[in-house]
Amino acid sequence: MTTQTGRTASHTRHAAGSLVDRVRSAFNPSARRSVVGGQPGSGWLAVTVVCEPSTLDSGDLPTPLAELGDEIEVRVRPAPHGKGTELAARLRDHRPSGSAPSRLRGSDPQADLRSALHRAKQLIEVGEVLAVDPAPHGERPATPPGKLLEAWTKVAPKGGVR
Amino acid sequence: MKAVTWRGVNEIGVEDVPEPTIVNDHDIILEVGLSATCGSDLHLVGGYIPAMRAGDVLGHEFMGRVAEVGRGVTKHKVGDRVVVVSFTSCGQCWYCRQGLFSLCDNGNPNPGITEALWGQSIGGCYGYSHAMGGWAGSHAPYIRVPYADQGAFPIPDGVTDERALFASDAAPTGWTGAHQAGVRPGDVVAVWGAGGVGQMAARAAMVMGAERVVVIDRYDNRLQQVRTHIGAETLDYEEVDVPAELREMTGGRGPDVCIEAVGMEAHSPGLQHLYDQAKQQLRLQSDRPTAVREAIYACRKGGTVFTLGVFGGLVDKFPLGAVMNKALTLRGAQQHGHRYIPEILDLMSRDEVRTEHLATHVMPLDDGPKGYRMFKEKEDGCVRAVFRPAA
Repeated sequence: MTTQTGRTASHTRHAAGSLVDRVRSAFNPSARRSVVGGQPGSGWLAVTVVCEPSTLDSGDLPTPLAELGDEIEVRVRPAPHGKGTELAARLRDHRPSGSAPSRLRGSDPQADLRSALHRAKQLIEVGEVLAVDPAPHGERPATPPGKLLEAWTKVAPKGGVR
Repeated sequence: MKAVTWRGVNEIGVEDVPEPTIVNDHDIILEVGLSATCGSDLHLVGGYIPAMRAGDVLGHEFMGRVAEVGRGVTKHKVGDRVVVVSFTSCGQCWYCRQGLFSLCDNGNPNPGITEALWGQSIGGCYGYSHAMGGWAGSHAPYIRVPYADQGAFPIPDGVTDERALFASDAAPTGWTGAHQAGVRPGDVVAVWGAGGVGQMAARAAMVMGAERVVVIDRYDNRLQQVRTHIGAETLDYEEVDVPAELREMTGGRGPDVCIEAVGMEAHSPGLQHLYDQAKQQLRLQSDRPTAVREAIYACRKGGTVFTLGVFGGLVDKFPLGAVMNKALTLRGAQQHGHRYIPEILDLMSRDEVRTEHLATHVMPLDDGPKGYRMFKEKEDGCVRAVFRPAA
């Protein structure tokens, strides 16, 4: 099993390569994947974070992304007009994007990456990852619509269109 | 503890639920003093917003006293009397820093649901379905308040609980509508809906210098409240042709700003309502946009239409041609209350914003089902049923 330190070091080794990857994917159409509905062909998932690009350029990524180690490549660039820093990541093995329903269920290959990006953004901006549970509630009968909603709610932190 | 919960479509219950606990460092636990029903709750009650689970605690408009603070909270201490904005917003992301707090990137722990519905997720809201974060609501003796330094505001000594309560949602929502619609001194402003939010939008427009403010509804008691407590003019849409009256009132121009404070269950006289009702029941549209259509039709050329009532999905027969050809600005928002509540509390302390009249029926939590029934059916002139957990 890869240790936390090992993962971070691995990420650092890849940091220099990320610039090359960025340029390559921008100028070489063959480096782009086929377009799947709702997903960019490049495979990058991105969030914009309120911080200076230098905060992320160092390779010292927030824990949720660092934990993915060399499974991912990361791209960082300033957002226009003072909107912060665009933090993007994608899977290195270029697994095909999941179907739209699987993405909404949070069961697509990028689900963990999507969740990691959300959590990384929160750690940088707020200093904590917001959790809703345990939320007080009354009796929950096991109805089919209720079960369906419960299942969707459980994966909603990993789901979405990004 | 006892709480008012959603049990199913048009089914409200009172049941025992666990007490909330501090989960994140920036949380407080609030002992709820007062908690109001809101017109937007009726969309949940009626099943128009489907992401509700049986047992969910309702309520998003509330005030009370701080009972416990997380270790990251710096602005509040146990015993403070505060009002809490209904949206959970971090205060740190780019949207919050622009003052667009309801668009917070971080306040909804279930972003996947609204990203699927709308392309982007927005902030969370207490007691307002799992699409809006799954936060437990305020119709209970205690509630957890995340991001408390951002969302809880001290109530000035001279402001009563009954007045401060509506600085949680109705008033800041009204302020959001009037401000984001760009109301300017000299404007004529028309507001569709004389509920709590519509009344507060009208008051906000007056505070912002509108020359003339007209509120449209069909309930006599609500229109009377508008004239008595808000100081705006009124039109009863069952008695008059609203666009024609507005044209006459504005020298043929139409209102500069039209604020729709009705939402997805709009009513209108005549065939249009039957058409929209049928399409909604057949799931051929999720929302009934009757008041929005009329606002677009009535608005002056180059004016602004603001959708402040809650909509969830898709509407039919939307007059896009009028929007385009009349060069209208069409905007909408949930409330960005964090930026308006300090000003509202100040105005309340100077008696320039009064809201107690909205709380027509105050009752204990045990009367939750009765309160929602009275509110929904407008029984006994109910404008807002308000729950007092300590009663």
